[in-house]
Amino acid sequence: MQKPLAEVFTWPHDTPQLIGSRCGDCAATTFPAQSRCPRCGRSSMTELLLPRRGRLVAWTTQGFVPKLPYAGSDKADGFTPFGVGLVQLDDVIRVESRLTENDPAKLDFDMEMELSIVPFYVDDAGDEVMTFAFAPVSDSTDSTDSTDGR
Amino acid sequence: MNDVAIIGAGLHPFGRFGAKSAFAMGAEAIDLALADAGVGWQDVQFACGGSWEVAQTDPLTGLLGLTGIPFINVFNACATAASAIQQAANAIRTGQCEIAVAVGLDKHPRGAFVEDPMLVNMPSWYAENGQYVTTKFFGMKINRYMHDHGITSRTLARVAAKNFRNGVLNPNAFRRKPISEDEILASPVLNHPLTQYMFCAPDEGAAAVVLCRAEIAHRYTDAPVFVRASVIRTRRYGAYEVNTTWAAVEEDAAPTVYASRAAYEAAGIGPEDVDVVQLQDTDAGAEVIHLAENGFCVDGEQEKLLAEGATEIGGRLPVNTDGGLIANGEPIGASGLRQVHELFRQLRGQAGERQVPGSPRVGYAQVYGAPGTAAVTILSL
Repeated sequence: MQKPLAEVFTWPHDTPQLIGSRCGDCAATTFPAQSRCPRCGRSSMTELLLPRRGRLVAWTTQGFVPKLPYAGSDKADGFTPFGVGLVQLDDVIRVESRLTENDPAKLDFDMEMELSIVPFYVDDAGDEVMTFAFAPVSDSTDSTDSTDGR
Repeated sequence: MNDVAIIGAGLHPFGRFGAKSAFAMGAEAIDLALADAGVGWQDVQFACGGSWEVAQTDPLTGLLGLTGIPFINVFNACATAASAIQQAANAIRTGQCEIAVAVGLDKHPRGAFVEDPMLVNMPSWYAENGQYVTTKFFGMKINRYMHDHGITSRTLARVAAKNFRNGVLNPNAFRRKPISEDEILASPVLNHPLTQYMFCAPDEGAAAVVLCRAEIAHRYTDAPVFVRASVIRTRRYGAYEVNTTWAAVEEDAAPTVYASRAAYEAAGIGPEDVDVVQLQDTDAGAEVIHLAENGFCVDGEQEKLLAEGATEIGGRLPVNTDGGLIANGEPIGASGLRQVHELFRQLRGQAGERQVPGSPRVGYAQVYGAPGTAAVTILSL
């Protein structure tokens, strides 16, 4: 069966969203959810489902295997570099995330991105662990995972 | 408040030293600093030390003399050594002592830094997901900066090549062979656009300074170097920094910008008065960005500065004259004290082959590290 890497996105779900939190006093927003506000320090944070789409503010590639406790199945042999980016979700928050695209030629600043949930590794129990990654929004209609009609 | 002077500096070479312990390196650095200052360990009334790899630095007293002095340990990631200097200087400023030592030492395993993310209040999934890698933050920051301000990869290569060249002139450096810009650009990409030779590596080493109340400095030396400012700042809401899962939409400046402004104000000088500069060059891009964050140029001007050679030892704004982190590596606890050791040598005209011409009088050192902590130290004759 499939299971999420952590309880930080709605899963299973047809249109999954990252689970953040928002301060009831000053409106500061975090990802993941936390109980105290990073701006005003008060404890008025409530859960907030974050927008699924945004634009790419900054990005790079991860070209070497991260040290343990990195859990990816591509640890030892045949490591494939992955993209990492900071994605601004509407005007709500910027989230640091893996990207589904790792080719610098196909990544660009301000390009539109959408949340996807992708297979990450198979754990000792044989379960497929799923993680979140942002994918470039395809201009054409042949995208395989474009389930969001927005 | 008393003014503070540095009267001696000592440095154990940075690099790889087999079975030699971090403590042995730290004790040697202190020995060198004491000899430089002409004081004995028995004269030292206060010490502050910093390290990542050892639990406490004060067992150094077992190698130097168990004199019973107050010995404080600090850890502040890449700003650890700068924090040790600040604590030692503050002990003198407030009249707690007249002579103090600041020391930093470390001995890291090879490869990028790693630890349990829970130790820095980050969720464990952040590491499992492959995001708990400091270098990827630096890749993202310089990539965006290059896009916004027209900086090219050639400029990043120029920074690294300069620092390797300066390392050749520094007998204490880890990397002591020149590497061409083309080789730097052709080395494997670790975090786009940063290549392997654009990054520093964790290594081993130690550095120390002896400080005293400024009024008594003449007893020990004709050339005291005064601590004009020692400022530490952490990230503000709105800054996007190392080790974070999110950032606010409304941007604020990096902690270095705030530390720098406060340091200039405390010292009563501006960037135009600085003669020799040490900047945190975890990677070549960091040196480029830090030139602007510390007020030495406007955003984008670095492209021209590097092309003109302005930041070379003989240029108008010499940066990382000892090779910086790129040529010296980063033993975290010692790194900021290496910077101050180099400034001390430069201001006293003792920097040998890498001496900045024209008798520099003001030196500036900046460190930056996870999770968004910066320190600036300003020294002058």
